[in-house]
Amino acid sequence: MEERAVEILLNGHPREIPPGATVATLLRELSLPATRVAVERNREIVRKPEYESTRIEAGDRLEIVTFVGGG
Amino acid sequence: MSDTLTIGGKTFRSRLLVGTGKYPDYPTMVRALEASGAEIVTVAVRRVNLDRSKESLLDHIDLKKYTLLPNTAACYTEDDAVRTCHLAREAGMSNLVKLEVIGDEKTLFPDTPALLAAAKRLVKEGFVVLPYTNDDPIMAKRLEDAGCAAVMPLAAPIGSGLGIRNPFNLRIILETVKVPVIVDAGVGSASDAAVAMELGCDGVLMNTAIAGAKHPVLMAEAMREAVSAGRKSFLAGRIPKKLYATASSPLDGTFF
Repeated sequence: MEERAVEILLNGHPREIPPGATVATLLRELSLPATRVAVERNREIVRKPEYESTRIEAGDRLEIVTFVGGG
Repeated sequence: MSDTLTIGGKTFRSRLLVGTGKYPDYPTMVRALEASGAEIVTVAVRRVNLDRSKESLLDHIDLKKYTLLPNTAACYTEDDAVRTCHLAREAGMSNLVKLEVIGDEKTLFPDTPALLAAAKRLVKEGFVVLPYTNDDPIMAKRLEDAGCAAVMPLAAPIGSGLGIRNPFNLRIILETVKVPVIVDAGVGSASDAAVAMELGCDGVLMNTAIAGAKHPVLMAEAMREAVSAGRKSFLAGRIPKKLYATASSPLDGTFF
């Protein structure tokens, strides 16, 4: 039986991602360059070297942020 | 003459720091940054736009040319500000932060007790902290004692363009702290920037004054020249103000 998609909260909105996804695979799916973002998983920063090894679990709350114009 | 600004061990030639918000479009921002001569540009930290059709700020900023100074704008608590700095460090791979803890939405004045608490935590964690504060010399000293790399008192409320509301407090701050004093917020015109520099401030940080001008690129150039002129005027040492005239031409040799 095929594994079911995993539901997470991404930047405050519900989103389904494939099972077994890591931070790295999610960033690739979103076409976001790892060098320009920061990722928080359940309020903990995920360091860049850990993107490949950090599995995303059902119910995870992810924040992906970047720099925007500001003063 | 080499006259440079050193913040947290890094040396800059420009004393004008500029924001990247509120420009009509990215090409105008790019040209304004260039015209300003700034080497440090502020940015905000926000959720990424998951709509890939939108351009991102970093597509337009040459990171070899500019040092990014992430801010904690819109943070109303110590914890939110610290959290934002952690994310900024991870995104930008630098320890430099412009720390703001806002106390009130109408004035955007800083919540200084929360600011000081956040600054202490961040300094302990190795951040180079540039706090946006009010023009209070006591708080400036507290922030310096906490290990901040500079203090950034406001000239007037953020985006107000009211200019230097309290030059006397700025002078007292300049006598009180040894770290660089950068006027942050409230500047409206080139003369405001020049006044800040003539008082002896080490730099000026602005966003709206340039981005909101009718011609942002021209205003950026004006600000660059004003900061430079104000700095030179300060270094040159102005004449004392006197109530009565002193003739500039000799009184000897008159033939009338």
